[in-house]
Amino acid sequence: MPYAIELRDISKRFGAVQANKDICLQVPAGTIHGIIGENGAGKSTLMSIIYGFYEADTGHIEVDGKRVDIRSSQDAINAGIGMVHQHFMLVENFSVLENVILGAEGGAVLKNGIGAARVELQRLAHEYSLDIDVDAIVEELPVGLQQRVEILKALYRGARILILDEPTGVLTPQEADHLFRILKALKEQGVTVLLITHKLREIMASTDNVSVMRQGEMVAHRETVNTSKEDLAELMVGKKVRLTVDKDEAQPSDVLLSAKNLSQFDSQGVKRLKDVSLELRAGEILGIAGVSGNGQSELLSVLSGITPMDEGEIHFAGQVINAKAPKNAAQMRDLKMAHVPEDRHKMGLVTGFEAYEAAVLGYHNSPVYNGKILMNRKAMLDECNDRMAAWDVRPPNPHLKTANFSGGNQQKIVIAREVEQNPEVLLIGQPTRGVDIGAIENIHEQIVKLRDSGKAILLVSVELDEIMALSDRIIVMFDGAVVGELDAKDANERTLGLMMANAFNEEEGVSA
Amino acid sequence: MFETLILMLDATMRVSTPLIFAALAGLYSERAGIVDIGLEGKILGSAFAAAAAASVFGSAWIGLCFGIMASVGLAMIHGFACITHRGDHIVSGVAINTIVAGLTVTLSMHWFGMGGQTPALTGDARFLDITFPFADALESVPVIGSIYSNLLSGHNILVYLAFLMVPITYWAIYKTRFGLRLRAVGENPHAVDTAGISVSFIRYRALIICGILCGLAGAYLSTAHNAGFLKDMSAGKGYMALAALIFGKWRPVPVLLACLLFGFLDAVAVRMQGVEIPGIGQVPVQAIEVLPYVLTVLLLAGFIGKAIGPKAIGRPYVKERA
Repeated sequence: MPYAIELRDISKRFGAVQANKDICLQVPAGTIHGIIGENGAGKSTLMSIIYGFYEADTGHIEVDGKRVDIRSSQDAINAGIGMVHQHFMLVENFSVLENVILGAEGGAVLKNGIGAARVELQRLAHEYSLDIDVDAIVEELPVGLQQRVEILKALYRGARILILDEPTGVLTPQEADHLFRILKALKEQGVTVLLITHKLREIMASTDNVSVMRQGEMVAHRETVNTSKEDLAELMVGKKVRLTVDKDEAQPSDVLLSAKNLSQFDSQGVKRLKDVSLELRAGEILGIAGVSGNGQSELLSVLSGITPMDEGEIHFAGQVINAKAPKNAAQMRDLKMAHVPEDRHKMGLVTGFEAYEAAVLGYHNSPVYNGKILMNRKAMLDECNDRMAAWDVRPPNPHLKTANFSGGNQQKIVIAREVEQNPEVLLIGQPTRGVDIGAIENIHEQIVKLRDSGKAILLVSVELDEIMALSDRIIVMFDGAVVGELDAKDANERTLGLMMANAFNEEEGVSA
Repeated sequence: MFETLILMLDATMRVSTPLIFAALAGLYSERAGIVDIGLEGKILGSAFAAAAAASVFGSAWIGLCFGIMASVGLAMIHGFACITHRGDHIVSGVAINTIVAGLTVTLSMHWFGMGGQTPALTGDARFLDITFPFADALESVPVIGSIYSNLLSGHNILVYLAFLMVPITYWAIYKTRFGLRLRAVGENPHAVDTAGISVSFIRYRALIICGILCGLAGAYLSTAHNAGFLKDMSAGKGYMALAALIFGKWRPVPVLLACLLFGFLDAVAVRMQGVEIPGIGQVPVQAIEVLPYVLTVLLLAGFIGKAIGPKAIGRPYVKERA
């Protein structure tokens, strides 16, 4: 039986970068095939080639044993390939129906096409249990349902091969489980699924076979039942990695920061942060769990002084900070609160700056870096060199623009900048987003080290694994409010997942 | 009083016509994601080309063709800069406005030697007013007769075409495949591209329509509303059309109403010229002429809520996976 899709010796080069090198892949029909690799391993480039975004320099693609030329997305669609992109390709103010028929309208006037699409969508919804209100406006739907629209879009075009690129990044664990049930149903109907992810757990839970990419090459193919997380992680990184963080029991002492009933409204008057109270003690890591967009970012911005709170107060370093007596980010820094923002490109770095310049941002008025009139370039460079050595930043070149470092090394520059100022409290958002596995280990160790030296750390992350591995105490946020707090020892994925969806039942033992 | 109102509404229709063409032109362009501050330049360019050709060939229709060609040509320059070369839409638009303002005067001096004007158009070289059947006979019928004979009848064909373009645009934008793709491309071009449709092709087509409509607006000014080209005769109509477009939130029918409102204010301004208002005295014409702009600013500032334009407007489409 021919393979549903087969790649033969696909290579693609962007300038000096060999994004894909002699990639071969065989995916049997009616299976779920995982493709795993670190950021930058070439997974997305490969999928873009299959979906006609890029043309391969060499090599070719076969679908059902027949060679196909894919030069555009239209060619891919014609070959029965559908794609669910990491960032949804939806027109947000269109209805579900309009989104589904876009590009496959069935005639110059919409009327007939819309009628036919309505019927067809009902059939698909029934067959694959993909229920959805076809007249709903997409931006009003939760992300899980928006993703369903993407899947329907592909199926409506007759896709027999469905590619999903990092599909669970925006989903709660429960929504992700639901997605995997849908994928199983698709598989039973004979659809072939290609699942691109960097999450080992998802590969183990849902795929039949898995292929591993590293630095543009396909390094291994495995049957999922015959492999393990550790095995795959090692293949991805090319060396042994530890997936757990070694840390001793926390020794929490004094309360360094306490927040009482913090609330904040956005420019439209919507309450984004709802009466959040918390205490942060020296020598502990407090993890804030939650699906992205449930008030964690607002909490970080209010605590760090970037946006003023509208209600409530913060007690920190002997000061009371409230709406009447706010402190801005620079003043908070002076009180020894450091902040590693969630989005290092937007807030953590000026990507056009050289590394040594970016490494003093926020502390640039410090006498250490300044002479009488001009800045002391030598002091900045010397310090940057020292830090790059201590934090293993690669390449250790203080004159390289920050944009040209990899995500992990950029993050090390930011974290080093904040931690080396010896803060009392560190706020850290998504410390390992877009960071490769090797660097994750390093960053996690540094965070634990800071805790052990008696500092307080507030960790915001959407990665449950990270929250569970690092935190001593966990707070869960939903819709701008704290919906639960628990000791890290009592936390497991299921409990946290339910709390994150605000579906946790108090009778199950933990007060929510 | 009633007769005065009819006369003012009649003037409103005449003054609104180029605004309606231009605002709808902007609607096609901006709904596709291309900011078009160059409406003004296209109107002026078309006005010149139409008047020049009409005077040379003695036919308003040939003039109209030339006007449309000039305007579409300018729209294609805008497209080449903004779509093909991903240039800044505002810079390209302003450049077009500036070039046209100078070029029309220079060319008309060179060709006609009349200090920047084109020869006065007469007869078939202008679009003449169409009188509806029985208009004269019905004029004496109270109210209805006056509306039929003085308001509806007696305009040139371009006026009727402008009003007809509103339902046509509504239908094209909301009820056709082209319209769906056009709206999608202005909101999220990536969605359109991944659906296997060319973003550039749709945007170019939108600009062609934009050019045709601006061409109609310009030809109306020089060969129907007036009898020849005058220096800077577009007089900010392109910008006013843009204001109407934003005021109408990029939707055909509200845009029409905005154009009519602006046209009405213009008609009032003409009426008020030299009129003494008891207790106030003579109102300066400028005070009324400024009303459309003041109104736009005030209304946008809070009374009609936020005008949210197409999401991808002004951003060049780069085929790249985010």
